[in-house]
Amino acid sequence: MFCDDGLSQHFQIRGKDFSRAGRVSTTIKEILQEVGIDPIIIRRAAIACYEAEMNVVMYAQRADLILNLTPDEMTIRIEDEGPGIEDIDKAMQEGFSTATDEMREMGFGAGMGLPNINRNADTFWIGSILGKGTVLIITFNLKQAGRT
Amino acid sequence: MTLREIQKILDAELICCEEGLDLEITAAGGSDLMSDVLAFGQPGILLMTGLTNSQSVRTADIIDAKAILYVRGKKPDEGGIALAKDKGIPILSTKHMMYAACGLLFQAGLPGVGRHRDDGR
Repeated sequence: MFCDDGLSQHFQIRGKDFSRAGRVSTTIKEILQEVGIDPIIIRRAAIACYEAEMNVVMYAQRADLILNLTPDEMTIRIEDEGPGIEDIDKAMQEGFSTATDEMREMGFGAGMGLPNINRNADTFWIGSILGKGTVLIITFNLKQAGRT
Repeated sequence: MTLREIQKILDAELICCEEGLDLEITAAGGSDLMSDVLAFGQPGILLMTGLTNSQSVRTADIIDAKAILYVRGKKPDEGGIALAKDKGIPILSTKHMMYAACGLLFQAGLPGVGRHRDDGR
């Protein structure tokens, strides 16, 4: 939905739906290309979004993803209904993973997801309640130049 | 080098997007682990992999890879081919194993992606 001061769009991600996994991120990438965002920022946002989407598909039942774009900033908020994360500090460490063999066969589950989101984002916030779900808020500064 | 030259070096079969054979490829990266590709891949690379599900194509699209080469005679599933056609990502398949395929391309002058940077970028 376009409005005067930006764009806001809502997507739903279904857990365990491996055949559709990644479609939301691909769609968001297409939207950002249409809007004319800097390709370097698009790539960083697409990677962060895809990692987050795969986490939902692998671990949660479902999630709502909200993309908010203003001239200055892009925010991607993902709120899932899932098991939650027991130890966020551990989950943020590269290589720490609770993935199953099925997830690894998909090429994921190496414990790189959250660190890679953090690496690509300008700001990254994560909160989780065990047994309820996890919220990620990822932002990108659209006025910033020079990052690759 | 062009994708057409890569096809010749590896005696590879073209799976889709013939119009991309003249694309210039300046670096390549090989992995079956899409987590690593997302973390360390660079835009414009040739993604070499043995992972045949559609996530391999989706990952290539997300990181702005120019083309995909499947090793060990593998080919992507139907969903992967459809996505590659939609995104215009050429796909090659070679019978060489990963190590040999990488070696042949490296020997021919195609470098790998840069080393993992300790600053996390």
